[in-house]
Order: sequence, then structure tokens, then C-alpha cells
Amino acid sequence: MFRFIVRRLLQLIPTLFGLSILLFIWLRRLPGGPETAILGERGTPEMRAAIRHNLGLDEPVLVQYGRFVRRMIRLDLGTSISTKREVTTEFLQRFPGTVELTITAMVIAIGIGIPLGYLAARRRGRLLDHMSVGGSLIGICIPVFFLAYILKAIFSENLGWFPSSGRQDPTLGATRITNFFVLDGLMTREWDAAADALWHLILPGIALASIPLAIIVRITRASVLEVLNEDFVRTAEAKGLTENVVRRRHVLRNSLLPVVTSIGLLTGGLLSGAVLTETVFAFSGIGAFVAEAISQRDYPVLMGFIMIIAVVYVLVNLIVDLSYSLIDPRVRVR
Amino acid sequence: MALLEVEDISVTFARRGQRAVHAVDGVSFSVDAGEVVGLVGESGCGKSVTSLAIMGLLPKQPGLRVGGKAVFDGTDLLQLDDRSRRDIRGRDIAMIFQDPLSSLNPVIPIGLQVTEVLTRHRGMKGDVAAKEAAALLDRVGIPDPKRRLKEYPHQLSGGMRQRALIAMAVACQPRLLIADEPTTALDVTIQAQILELLKDLVRDSGTALVMITHDLGVVAGMCETINVLYGGRVVETARRRPLFREPRHPYTVGLLGSVPRLDAGRGERLNPIPGSVRDLLPWQEGCAFAPRCTRRVDACVGEPPELVLAHDGRSYRCVNPAPLPGLARAADAPVPAKSEPAATADGTGQAAEAGTDVPAAGKPASGPVPAPREEEKP
Repeated sequence: MFRFIVRRLLQLIPTLFGLSILLFIWLRRLPGGPETAILGERGTPEMRAAIRHNLGLDEPVLVQYGRFVRRMIRLDLGTSISTKREVTTEFLQRFPGTVELTITAMVIAIGIGIPLGYLAARRRGRLLDHMSVGGSLIGICIPVFFLAYILKAIFSENLGWFPSSGRQDPTLGATRITNFFVLDGLMTREWDAAADALWHLILPGIALASIPLAIIVRITRASVLEVLNEDFVRTAEAKGLTENVVRRRHVLRNSLLPVVTSIGLLTGGLLSGAVLTETVFAFSGIGAFVAEAISQRDYPVLMGFIMIIAVVYVLVNLIVDLSYSLIDPRVRVR
Repeated sequence: MALLEVEDISVTFARRGQRAVHAVDGVSFSVDAGEVVGLVGESGCGKSVTSLAIMGLLPKQPGLRVGGKAVFDGTDLLQLDDRSRRDIRGRDIAMIFQDPLSSLNPVIPIGLQVTEVLTRHRGMKGDVAAKEAAALLDRVGIPDPKRRLKEYPHQLSGGMRQRALIAMAVACQPRLLIADEPTTALDVTIQAQILELLKDLVRDSGTALVMITHDLGVVAGMCETINVLYGGRVVETARRRPLFREPRHPYTVGLLGSVPRLDAGRGERLNPIPGSVRDLLPWQEGCAFAPRCTRRVDACVGEPPELVLAHDGRSYRCVNPAPLPGLARAADAPVPAKSEPAATADGTGQAAEAGTDVPAAGKPASGPVPAPREEEKP
């Protein structure tokens, strides 16, 4: 187990190396540069050159890359060109929001998706089955930002049940420790702050959950249908076990294997930020920030964020693989 | 009174827009307490479906119809509600399946798969259940049972897996055990061991056993009464000796004739039954075996052959049965079928031969005679 984890983490090094090279090349080939973003249309060539020189962008790409790698090794990601703050600071401030949003979305998607997929399989060909299959198709087809707008319009602007933007009501003056607002509220016993942060998560969480939910429903349904036909389920039935035991112990556990894999991939995807949802709800996560950084050609932010997201993605998948081996003894890792 | 009395069980799978499939079409047989009964036939003859119908284990699907009666100890199993059926399954009637690997849950240790039966039907829990489970594994010949309880199915060999399944089946000392091709997925030496184990268990506990198989070697070594199935009906029922010595139904004759034999001369060919199970006549229109039968006569087609009751409780469903070898006379020879007189004559010759030779073939339980393999599962 330990060796497996170490091996996977070591594999991360060449992955990151390759990724950084590709990123470097792609970013430098984008037309324009930070100086255009800063100066706009009016900058003179001299002003542009001065900014490029200050940022070290006039040096050869190889030299720039060497400097980047040297800093990377010291875990220093540099300073944002547009906000003039350390990339690491920016990340630590924004990533918790994305993590909270991802967790909310996945809790919704898993909490509804697995039971619904299971029930659809058990009632195959009946109304609930048709509704969940049809519903999941709609869930996949509706663009997330559109759903986000509709949810916002109905539930916060018309009905006023939920806040329409932000991560927390700033007038609460909540204490910040980890920047996970819900967690901070619980740690400082500022219950109203925690509840308010949670309240802010619900609508964007639902919007973001729509696609993972649809995928989880479908995968669970298909997997349960397959497992129901397995010989060992028949054996369990032949033993006279109660329906409950057959379902829980024999059907559900085996059906979850493929679901777990897809949950990992979906979570990794959500963690890399949901630009549109975050924009609609003015939710400060990494998605909107990265999108902004692209238009600003904020190279350090882009490089740093994408590298960290890659690490997070690999870690999430590592966790999935480990949990997989907990569920299925046949893939126990060594 | 018989322990299990199966009367006229039929299983039909109907699909919209398609002709209904009569997988089982009026099967009747009975099992006495402590008796070993064989259900024999080739793939698709309905033997597994019959047993699943009795157990109430047929996959629930629209269009499935089960008719008839299966009276176990005074109660008709087919009339029971789901709950009472679950009470009987595993406790009074247990079942062993064909493929031990796929029949075991891959993600649960063997121990739990044994103890869950004990918990369900005997109320055992924790250490008591674990201890009993170890004792059961020991009883079915699994060495080092304590360690095995913690292992998963993929860590056991094929033979061990089937032993574990048998342990689960006999955990509650059922009165009836149904074994559906328990040795088909195993290699020959293991087959013999498993059959030996089943024989011992049945003898020691007085459990009745229904042995479902296509392997005549298995039948010869174990069963006291044998029911031969074809096309979803029992075509011949007899005690073991008479069946092997003087089979009456041409299908039984064909089955016996197609067993490879060690004492056959070099270059001698097997005598398979021509055609396949798919060349089936619906029973309503005559004998289902008629299209493949070497003793076919005009009377075979038209209406279903009646069950003929012969002496000492044997019965067969044939209008032109194979002659008893001692009585084989020219007058008894069948009226040749129109199209292939040569084949017919040939078939008769074989029949008589097979009939007289069989006791020798009956000896090895599943010994060195390689059994005919099933090509496809129903």
C-alpha cells in the first residue's frame, strides 16, 4: 500500500515536468502578452518593451523556463502580474471556495444519483426508470450556466430563498482561518457564519451537480442491472437471505465499483474550477480567476494554478484507486 | 409420501411480437426423503430452468409464466409468497450451482458468505457463527478452515470454491439439496472428489439430492432414480440399473450411445445423436424428439406421445420405444421412417448394442471417461 502511494507520487514528477513544458510553450504562443493587457491599445512600443523587460519576458524562452523550474523546485510560484500578489496566496484564498463547491456538488450528485440509479434498475421499464433515464439525459444536455441562471432567477431573485451571489454575507464579519468558510465557521463556533456559507453553496452546488448527477444515475443503473444478473446474486437468493441483505451486501456493493471510478474523474474535473457557475453566482473560486488570468496573460498565475490543479487531480485519482482497492479485494494494491 | 412432488411444471417466456418459448413443458418427477434423483438431458432441455422454478429463482421478468405444482413436504412451493419462500430456501432446500467462481460474491470474504446463512436461518452470530462456519468448511474438506474464512473467492482454487459453496448449502442441514451441474466447471480429478463429497454428505445426513447433469457418468455413479428430459419434458424415468441396461426411449438410447468409451476400438467413431436440440417439434404437435429420432414412425407426429407406465415404476413417453434387449425380435423392429431407412436400421442396431453394454459404462462415476461437454448454457 505504502509503496503504491510512493510510486504514484513519484510518477507525478515526470508528469508535472512534461505538463510545465507544454504549458510554457502554449502560453508563450498566445498572441499578445501581459503588457497589452496592462496598457491596452494606447501603449507605446517603448512602454511595452519596458514592461516586458521588467517581467523578464524579453529573455530567451529557455532562460525563462529555467528560472521557472528553479523556482518551482523551491515551491515558489512567483507573483501575479495583475494582482501583484503571490500566486500561492491567491491560490490558497480561492481554492477553498472551489473545493467547497465541488464537495457540495458531489454530495448532491452522489446522494441522489446512487439511490436513484439503484431504484431505476430495480424498477426497470417502469415509470421511475423512464423518468430517471429521461431526466439524466436532460441533465446532461442543459448547459450548466443556463441552469445556473434559471436557478438564480427563480430561487433567489423571485422567491428569495437563497442568496444570489458570493460565498458569504460580508456583513457577518466572519473570522477567516483556512478560507474554507463552512469549516471556519465550525472551528470558530460562529454557527451563523457556517450556516450562511452553506446557504451560499446550495444553488451553485445544484447547478454544478447536474452533469455529475446524470452520469452517476446512468452508471449506477447500468451497473446494478448487470450485477442483478450475476450468479452470486442468485446464490444469495438461494440461501434465503432477506431482500435487504441481498440488496445491500451483494448487489449494491458490487455495483459501486464502476461508480467509484467515475466519481473520481468527475470530482477531479470539478476541482479544476467551474468558470461559468462561479461567474453567474459571483462565487470566488479558482475557475473565474483562471479565466481572468487567461485574458490578462497572467503567466505566473496560469502556470501555477494549472500545475497545482494537475497535482490535485492526480491525488484525487490516487484516493479513488485506494478506495477501489478497499471495495474490491481483487485489486488490492501492493 | 414423497418429499418433493413436482407435477406438470411449465415455464414459458413470452415476448411481445415473438413466439412464446416453452422452456419447460410439463415436467413431473418426485423425490423421496434421502433419495438421489437425477435430471439428465442436453443443454436447453429445461433441467436448470425446472430447478430454478422450483426454488423460485427464475429472474423476474415480464412475460415469465410458471405453471404446475411443486409440493415440498405438503406445501406447494409455487404458491408461496416471497417471504415464506425465503424462509424455506437455504434452510429446507438448498442449491449448488454450476460455476463456483461466478456463484460466489467476489468482494466478500468466504467466511461472511457462510455465516450469513447461519445468521439468517439458525440465528447464529459473531464467534458462534464463525466457529460453525469453520466446522462446515472442515466438513467439506477445506484444509485450514480458519484462515480460509478470511479469504476471498479469487484466492481459492476451483475445487475449494465448489466445496465452499457446498458448505453454504449444507449449513442448515437441508432436507433437499439441488445440485445444478456441480462439476461441469471443474477439471476431471476435482469432479470425482466433489461427487464423492456430495455422496458422503447425502449419505451421512439423509439429505435428498436432485442431481442435474448432462453427464451420464455422474448419473451412473450417484443417482438411484433418473429422469431423462428432452425439450422441456421428462421422456423417461427409471431406476439406475434398468435405465442403463435397457433404455426404452430412443433419446435415452442415443445419450448412452454417445458416451465415449475406453474399451472402444481405435478409430471407432462416437455415435452422436444427429441434429441439435433446436430441431424441436412443439410437444403439442407430436414427440419433440421426432425430428432427430432414428425410430420415428408416423404415429410420432400428430399428437404428443402418452406417458407409458411399465413394470417396476419406470415410465417413458414414446410410441415406438427401443425393444428390451432380451425380447428383441424381428417382429419388434420399428416401421422404417420414410426418408432414411438406412439410418433407421443403423440406429436400431446401436440401440440394442448400447443397451447391453451399458453397465460397464455405468461404473466410473466421473472417472477417466471424459464426459461429453456442454457447448452452451441454457
